[in-house]
Amino acid sequence: MTTAHALSGAGSSPPSDSDTVIEVRDLRMRYRSQDVLKGVGFTARRGEVVVLLGPNGAGKTTTIEVLEGFRMRSAGDVTVLGTDPARGDERWRARLGIVLQSWRDHGKWRVRELLAHLGSYYAPYSTTLVRRPWDVDELIAAVGLTEQADKRVGTLSGGQRRRFDVAVGIVGRPELLFLDEPTAGLDPEARSEFHGLVRGLADENTTVLLTTHDLAEAEKLADRILILAGGRIVADGAAEELSRQASAEATVRWTRDGQPFEEATAEPTRFVRRLFEEHGETIGGLEVRRASLEDTYLTMVRELEAGSVPGERAAHTFGEESR
Amino acid sequence: MSPVWYAAKAGVRRGWTELRQTFTTGQDVFGYALWTVLLIVPLFLVRDDPLKGAGISAGAFMLPSMLGMTLAFTGMMTTAQLLATEREDGTLLRAKAVPHGMVGHLVGKIIMVSGTALVSMALPFAVGVFLVDGVARQGGGALLTLVWVVPLGLLATLPMGAVIGSLVDSPRTIGLLMLPVMGLVVISGIYFPLSKLPEWLQTVGQIFPVYWLGLGLRAALLPAEAVAAELGESWRHLETAGVLGAWAVAGLLLAPSVLRRMARRESGAAMAERHRKAMQRVG
Repeated sequence: MTTAHALSGAGSSPPSDSDTVIEVRDLRMRYRSQDVLKGVGFTARRGEVVVLLGPNGAGKTTTIEVLEGFRMRSAGDVTVLGTDPARGDERWRARLGIVLQSWRDHGKWRVRELLAHLGSYYAPYSTTLVRRPWDVDELIAAVGLTEQADKRVGTLSGGQRRRFDVAVGIVGRPELLFLDEPTAGLDPEARSEFHGLVRGLADENTTVLLTTHDLAEAEKLADRILILAGGRIVADGAAEELSRQASAEATVRWTRDGQPFEEATAEPTRFVRRLFEEHGETIGGLEVRRASLEDTYLTMVRELEAGSVPGERAAHTFGEESR
Repeated sequence: MSPVWYAAKAGVRRGWTELRQTFTTGQDVFGYALWTVLLIVPLFLVRDDPLKGAGISAGAFMLPSMLGMTLAFTGMMTTAQLLATEREDGTLLRAKAVPHGMVGHLVGKIIMVSGTALVSMALPFAVGVFLVDGVARQGGGALLTLVWVVPLGLLATLPMGAVIGSLVDSPRTIGLLMLPVMGLVVISGIYFPLSKLPEWLQTVGQIFPVYWLGLGLRAALLPAEAVAAELGESWRHLETAGVLGAWAVAGLLLAPSVLRRMARRESGAAMAERHRKAMQRVG
């Protein structure tokens, strides 16, 4: 798209001042006397896929509902598409797409019928830059439901229903899409198709914020992973970055004259070289194992669920540089 | 066109679509048929019993009364039931996620419930009018009564139903509410004239819209002599309009703020929590 074209449409669609789509600072949430969120902070840029990863009950849904404007926060600064969600109007809402957990609604509606109906609410918000709503048949094809287009929504399978929910979420061509546990209960094939769908949206410059408790999914989808545990973001970075932090230490195992040895070290390469310099031929069964992100995450989740570790230590697991 | 207008128009289409759906869904159609049968059976049994001094049969008295009751029932209980169900299954949250979706949802619901009420009245009427004598032979003036009683009845019951649907915590609570509603029918002069009840029960019955809707429909559909069976031997048009109007005003004043409060509280977490409780009850 040329610059001139982009400028000509600028008047009808208020573009964000910057590339920051979500900005959260010190978000706190308190239910009765329990602190669910204790100072969550992160940002998301345009076109980024950000995955909010955390064990069940970590406050992922609460966080996402605050951003959607469905829930009042106790404290903190939140800006979504340049607006405080607590004061977001319908014009602001038209730029969001929302896919929540466990929809069971509109069972009597047919797929095409409901998408056309829900899409029609977005027509007044169409601009020269962003045509709203999405053409229904095109959208149905994009989520792979062409064969089910005339079926009642209530008769779709779990995977089809989930893809349909995403279609509803994006029918207004949102700039920002929220997906809360979108792949819960999907079989591996449906899950993989779903991942392709999300990546495709991000390629078209849609910002995606997705929650999951599945690390493999986060690693596969995310430009950036946020780990939410104990009411705080304990890690924030690309999957490789987090892996590097998590695997700063390695365990080296070997045998010398048939005797097993084990040592944890931050510099396994140097350690192993010295080992051979000192003992040479007598060393056998050498094994160097770095903790994977999965190991670290699972250990953290286990410890958090056992209630033995406060959020502070979970944060420490990933080192201070991640903050 | 403003986005609110746009959403309202989408709501009108939504209402028609939902009406078409309910009349092509087996379970729903069975429900309408069952309702008709439940009304027609007692009517059939007393179709020839004379109503003392009124010159009509007990069946002729019952038919318009039951149509009024159907209107009140559908307007209030169906609205409440739908709203409670749609909060639980996520329909309302979906509406909330769409720009001005709540406007569309509300307009759609009004059309859907009104249409359902009219059809639920038309079916027993179409059958009953052949079973009993003297109903709907009164011509133009009486039909004019229908023109104001029916819309006013919808206005008196729909907003109140919305209030009830917003306040209850689950669709199952609506089921419990059916018990007092049955009691209300007994003291509303539907199956026999109110004058046969003790005076204090007559007073209680006349507080609620069911009695007045029954009276309004009788005024429209029964011959003039039948007024002898009514309290004060009058159709009391003014009082009918007054009481139904009072319910309409109260409902329209209450409903927007109660609905807004309910919608504001609606969130995925709240829905998941209700869902969890519902599953616990089942399991």
